Amino acid sequence: MAATVGVAVFPGTNCELDSIHAVESLGGNARILWHSHKNLSGVDAVIIPGGFAHGDYLRPGAIARFSPLMVAISEFAKNGGPVLGICNGFQVLTEAGLLPGALQKNKGLKFLCKTVRVRIETENSTLTRKVKKGAELSLPINHFEGNFTCNPETLNSLLEEDRVVLRYCENPNGSINDIAGVCNETRNVVGLMPHPERACDLLLGSEDGKVLIDSLLEAN
Amino acid sequence: MKRFQGSLSRIGLAVGVSLVFSVLVDVCLRKGIADPAGSTIERSLPTLGFSNVRDVNVGKTIRFVIEAEDEKEAHEKVESICSTFLTNPVIEEATITVENMDQVEGN
Repeated sequence: MAATVGVAVFPGTNCELDSIHAVESLGGNARILWHSHKNLSGVDAVIIPGGFAHGDYLRPGAIARFSPLMVAISEFAKNGGPVLGICNGFQVLTEAGLLPGALQKNKGLKFLCKTVRVRIETENSTLTRKVKKGAELSLPINHFEGNFTCNPETLNSLLEEDRVVLRYCENPNGSINDIAGVCNETRNVVGLMPHPERACDLLLGSEDGKVLIDSLLEAN
Repeated sequence: MKRFQGSLSRIGLAVGVSLVFSVLVDVCLRKGIADPAGSTIERSLPTLGFSNVRDVNVGKTIRFVIEAEDEKEAHEKVESICSTFLTNPVIEEATITVENMDQVEGN
């Protein structure tokens, strides 16, 4: 049976339809999960899509992390459920403590909207199980606060535990160690700044995101 | 007691045993965390004719009013608000200033 993906929507989220389109185009089912909901309605995986949850007020993700839905998503993640945070969704996951580090303003203070090359650094994550390590993908980025930052101890454990999921081939935003995406210790929660869901149709310039969304769909 | 009960009701807060404090939270980036906004301002200062300026750090301030039994409790509450919500401890730290509003008003 095809996997059902819950797509979280906060006030200000704006990539939920792209995410649903990507999931459905790959044969999965998708369902909107409103931020005030207290349960995940039995979905098999969760995507926290991009946008500006709660207007990015205070800090991106800072208010979204207190939503009732985030309590359910944290519980789901702790039980091994696959959770993918894209862009603003990555910021929400770091604020919620489900992923380490934080996302700072881009070096150079520019809002970046372009296609970048990223390299798969591990096959051992819910997002990359169907792609070879070392593969390079073209994915769009679209962010102002995508500069991944963490303290040296956290960086060491990310490196030692093989938890850097993707790196930029050319660092666009100042992220430490060229990091574009990381996973949690149990590898079922992944956050990344690039948008794989916007690279699932040649009409949009790249299909390179398909293999990532497909990995999520088969994560269970 | 009567004196500050009067001032409490004047500013529209519940009258009880608690005191009212005005709070200023000054959030700045931790040392060692890159501050792109600060360094951009710093780089632009010489071109505007201001020299010898360094260590520019851009943060934010948050002001609010809180009720508490005493100043110690007010401080503890604000510290808890800061560490769970107002700052991201991975990159930011806060300096907290708490003032008893009755004392500030001097009445």
